[in-house]
Amino acid sequence: MFVAPVSTGGLIFREIHKQMENNSKSKNRREFIQSGVRLSLALALGSVSGLALSKVVKDDYVWQIDPFECSQCGRCATDCVMSPSAVKCVHAYDLCGYCDLCGGYLKPDANALSTAAENQLCPTAAIERKFIEEPYFEYHIIEDLCIGCAKCVAGCTSFGNGSLHLQIMHHICVNCNECSIARVCPSDAIKRVPASEAYKVKGDFSNNPES
Amino acid sequence: MKKLKYILFLVTLAIYLFPLTVESQQQRFPKPEFETGYEQPSTITPEPRALALEYFDVLVLLVVLILATWFALKTRSRQGVLWLSVFTLIYFGFYRNGCICPIGAIQNVTLSFADPTYAISLTVLLFFLLPLAFTLFFGRTFCAGACPLGAIQDLVIIKPISLPKWLNKTLGLIPYIYISLAVLFAATGTDFIICRYDPFVGIFRMDATFLMVVLGVSFLLMGMFVARPYCRFFCPYSVLLSWMSRFSKWHLTITPAACIQCKLCTNSCPFDAIDFPTNEKEVVKSGLGPKRFLAYAVLIPIWVAAGVFVGERSHTFLSKANPDVFLAELLISNPEIKNDPDNLDVQTFLASGKTLETLVKDAEVIREKFYIGSMIAGGFLGLVIGMTLLNTVVFRKRQDYVPHKGNCLSCARCMDYCPVEK
Repeated sequence: MFVAPVSTGGLIFREIHKQMENNSKSKNRREFIQSGVRLSLALALGSVSGLALSKVVKDDYVWQIDPFECSQCGRCATDCVMSPSAVKCVHAYDLCGYCDLCGGYLKPDANALSTAAENQLCPTAAIERKFIEEPYFEYHIIEDLCIGCAKCVAGCTSFGNGSLHLQIMHHICVNCNECSIARVCPSDAIKRVPASEAYKVKGDFSNNPES
Repeated sequence: MKKLKYILFLVTLAIYLFPLTVESQQQRFPKPEFETGYEQPSTITPEPRALALEYFDVLVLLVVLILATWFALKTRSRQGVLWLSVFTLIYFGFYRNGCICPIGAIQNVTLSFADPTYAISLTVLLFFLLPLAFTLFFGRTFCAGACPLGAIQDLVIIKPISLPKWLNKTLGLIPYIYISLAVLFAATGTDFIICRYDPFVGIFRMDATFLMVVLGVSFLLMGMFVARPYCRFFCPYSVLLSWMSRFSKWHLTITPAACIQCKLCTNSCPFDAIDFPTNEKEVVKSGLGPKRFLAYAVLIPIWVAAGVFVGERSHTFLSKANPDVFLAELLISNPEIKNDPDNLDVQTFLASGKTLETLVKDAEVIREKFYIGSMIAGGFLGLVIGMTLLNTVVFRKRQDYVPHKGNCLSCARCMDYCPVEK
């Protein structure tokens, strides 16, 4: 469509015309092969899309941690493409015992039940301890400070109710095609979930058939 | 009486066991009843990006593809393509962080075929198909204006040098190796290597590991002189695009009318993608006649067989990239590793309660897939090498300076050099 000389007159046109006549046979053959291959490529594309369409989902997928499979290895803090990690600790308040002696907040060998830095398990002091009433304390995660190292999660899971757990925060996560933490997760706890149910927060058991 | 006792025993057992099974996940320390009217805060879970926005991205891709095609084929404007690639770099690159891209989508499509449980979302499939469909009709206009990885490299071209033909051809085999490995790893559910080793995604995110930054920057530095090195010598999607483009119906032309062989465009292409007219005297002199053609054609099956052999030999090595295979091998070859408290993978596996037998069985299934997959990949690569060699002795009669449809990136640079007017 762009090759055909439309308005070029004179010598060039005549020459081209002569050549085209000479080559018309081989050109026709070449064009025939070209369109044949094009058709088969189009068919291949069509069949690939048709096959894939049978499995296609309209919803989008995002990555999320299953807190019941998480083994608190600490790789979420180091292997996310974002720094600090898009994985943060979330607190399922419904499950919390509001303990004074909190396994997620205090080091196991803490010398006092206080907010002193040397007693805190969290390396970035991202957990806020607030007195509610005797003898209960509320624990609140400061998301900007949390690096997703899961130290508090391990403490809370082994000594407490397991109300502290990790989740991928979707306003930070860039939703990589393959999650680089999922690749190294030793317990395969990171899975693709439909974007409409993007979180697996403990206590919100609607997503978890086990409990 | 005995029966009654038995039933009683069962009932008591059930009563004891029931709370254990159901409520084992419940609180060890029950939630207190507060007296001071304490209000419990709610757990904040920010929503992911809205689905409508993902479809909006597909729309943007479609519009950019149409515009790129329009600029390259209809208005023949380098300026248009250039500004479009700036927009692509900003939108798909820095705003969308380069994900999802059609290059990486190869792996999603592959995995959706290989793994029956893997669901592919429509947006990803469209990202994969739209550029290919466009290329089949209009040439690689996607590369010119709609690919953020291409755009970032295109904008740093300062003084492109022309590479010798043999080097171009040899390096041009790398994308075939890359796509074969990517498909093999994706199909076995091992890894998405295209995404993992994307050199520019770290620059788009402004956040990456040191080595990836070094890789990205060195690609850009190299790209100042060897134009768009990733596109030409690495991009796995370029293999598919090149196939489509070779048979495209309306590929761009250097000249708007008839070529007058003025040679002005010969140095205009930074990608060595302009084919010169065949010098028939030289062809005769070179002696690469039908004999050589026949010899190379006969060699093709040998290349394929060699490829299959190499694939078969290397499948054990390749399969080690799979974490399950790696762990199983590690546990078998080095049982003392079980006592290493620092090896997280081993410790987590031991704590999970899975037996070594199931792990080994899983690993064997994966290795079997690698066995077949690497032979197919090797055979494919052998075929590609054989065909490339065959192509070096095939001479097509050409009178004009024309873009090489497979390698041309439709960037529209050459058009400005053509003195012929419409």
